[in-house]
Amino acid sequence: MITFMNNSDSEEEPCNERTSLMSAESPPVPSYQDGLQASEAGEAQAHRKRRAGSSRGPNNIAGGETSGSGVPVRESALENEEEELTLKYGAKHVIMLFVPVTLCMIVVVATIKSVRFYTEKNGQLIYTPFSEDTPSVGQRLLNSVLNTIIMISVIIVMTVFLVLLYKYRCYKFIHGWLILSSLMLLFLFTYIYLGEVLKTYNVAMDYPTLFIVIWNFGAVGMICIHWKGPLQLQQAYLIMISALMALVFIKYLPEWSAWVILGAISIYDLMAVLCPKGPLRMLVETAQERNEPIFPALIYSSAMMWTVGMAKPDTAARGPSQQTWDAAEDGREHLQSPSHAESQMSETRSPVPTRPITSLEELEEEERGVKLGLGDFIFYSVLVGKAAATASGDWNTTLACFVAILIGLCLTLLLLAVFKKALPALPISITFGLIFYFSTDNLVRPFMDTLASHQLYI
Amino acid sequence: AFFWLLSLLAASLLWFVSAQLSGREDAALLLLGAAAAVLLQELCRFACFKLLKKADEGLATLSEDGRSPISLRQMAYVSGLSFGIISGIFSIVNILADSAGPGTVGIHGDSPYYFITSAFLTMALVLLHTFWGIIFFDACERRCAGGLGLVVGGHLLASGLTFLNPWYEASLGPIFILTLCTGLWAFSTAGGSFRNVLKCLSCKQEPEGRVVLYSALQVPPEE
Repeated sequence: MITFMNNSDSEEEPCNERTSLMSAESPPVPSYQDGLQASEAGEAQAHRKRRAGSSRGPNNIAGGETSGSGVPVRESALENEEEELTLKYGAKHVIMLFVPVTLCMIVVVATIKSVRFYTEKNGQLIYTPFSEDTPSVGQRLLNSVLNTIIMISVIIVMTVFLVLLYKYRCYKFIHGWLILSSLMLLFLFTYIYLGEVLKTYNVAMDYPTLFIVIWNFGAVGMICIHWKGPLQLQQAYLIMISALMALVFIKYLPEWSAWVILGAISIYDLMAVLCPKGPLRMLVETAQERNEPIFPALIYSSAMMWTVGMAKPDTAARGPSQQTWDAAEDGREHLQSPSHAESQMSETRSPVPTRPITSLEELEEEERGVKLGLGDFIFYSVLVGKAAATASGDWNTTLACFVAILIGLCLTLLLLAVFKKALPALPISITFGLIFYFSTDNLVRPFMDTLASHQLYI
Repeated sequence: AFFWLLSLLAASLLWFVSAQLSGREDAALLLLGAAAAVLLQELCRFACFKLLKKADEGLATLSEDGRSPISLRQMAYVSGLSFGIISGIFSIVNILADSAGPGTVGIHGDSPYYFITSAFLTMALVLLHTFWGIIFFDACERRCAGGLGLVVGGHLLASGLTFLNPWYEASLGPIFILTLCTGLWAFSTAGGSFRNVLKCLSCKQEPEGRVVLYSALQVPPEE
């Protein structure tokens, strides 16, 4: 969901990631917001600013039910301005999301093209037990569909598990789970990645140096993600762990299964976010009812967080920026991480504590930026990475998928600004990406190759 | 870029289908495919124009002073540039990737200048797309069919010239001349002139003719 946040808690959980964008403005909230505004200082400005960015998920949610009086009137008056601001700032948010998504994809594609390890077939995850080395096409298709079914059911189970945990307030368990997952991701996967990169470039490194490097990288990453840290460093870490996770998927998912899984997960995302009984939606609603901050989930936040100087808002503000990725272990082990629902929630929830304190701070607060779930990053990168890995060595396909995904993201953000509800971020982008991948690989490539061999330009 | 990709997709589909149907791949079919690609690109450019115009109007109605923050000229430039970039990238990135690998250029009797001429052609094409974008949008805005026709004709000409390719004098030369002329035309369409260039080059600071409104004349927004 794009509320802009999807937390992908687990690594392997591609499924967990919620890749949905949630509109910062959920219907009940705005009224609260408005109310707060109206009652407090009548700072229309702040109000507008807050409502404007669809990225202001938390703002909205924070409001919750409590508001109410006097707001409706202001609301209608402000709606127009809001829309205008929404559109204006919407463009900024789009750019703010383009950069990290692009960076993640660049890292993945660069690794795929240079490090051989990630394109070698070396076994499969236990979530995709059926092999694709079958002689007939029908059998292969069947196997990939079965793999997808298993994978998606694992995701659903994990999501529901997470929602239940959240409902029954087992916060410590979730916390521990998230921390364990991100530990695994930051240390183990980075170690493997670094090892493979060094092997590719034939660079020697001794164990003590390796230990120091990985220890520092992992420790700083844990601190940045789960606690405090400079925003950019945190963003960089999130991008890196998304890329690592995507690489794992690219390596361990067999070809056809990967494409079917991508398609299935966008459908799942669509349903989980929009259906009234969808787990994500339930999670969001529960969090809204309780008016409490969500766990540090996996959400990429491009927001300018509250300044460190502000005492109270600080801790609360960090909520959204704490994005832990529960990437968890490598595929061969069992799933641990909770599902995306968490990520989604945390995003919206974190700002809650700060809300009551700040009406002034909100004035100073700049655009909060956008939050996008890490699951979205991961799946986008998986799509582009798979295109880079398997498209007959063709760069055109990779680029076409890249453009398609970005356009999908743009459209989704546009819809977000229009509908002002939680929306899934995966479907449109992945659909475009898949269409462009298959069509470019099969139709455009021969055409362009023929043209290029005669040096013809169109 | 997305629109250009769509046009490319449509053109490839056309070519692919026609190649399959006719059962052979020959130069005539390629010519047809290339011409179709050019026409589809221009069509998509037009679609892009329509979309941007709508967006422009939307932005204008929503903004405070009735003017959109991005002028149509800027949109034309950006659209042309993005068409050019994606077209250039698609033309050259595979060649670049191959140029890093082992091999000898032209070992089978083709021209040894393949890479460098490709680079120049791509550059010319990128520039041409940018210029065409500006001219096209301006012509659409003023409903000048002549401008549209010239853009499409120019594109067909440029693409056709590349068919002469190993004979580089005949293709590169005219294409560059075409680029230059189109550039000058786009420059004048965008409102530039010789005087502007001189002014810009001489870096003269003109006295600001604007008047600053003081707060006394404006009601403070908070009240």
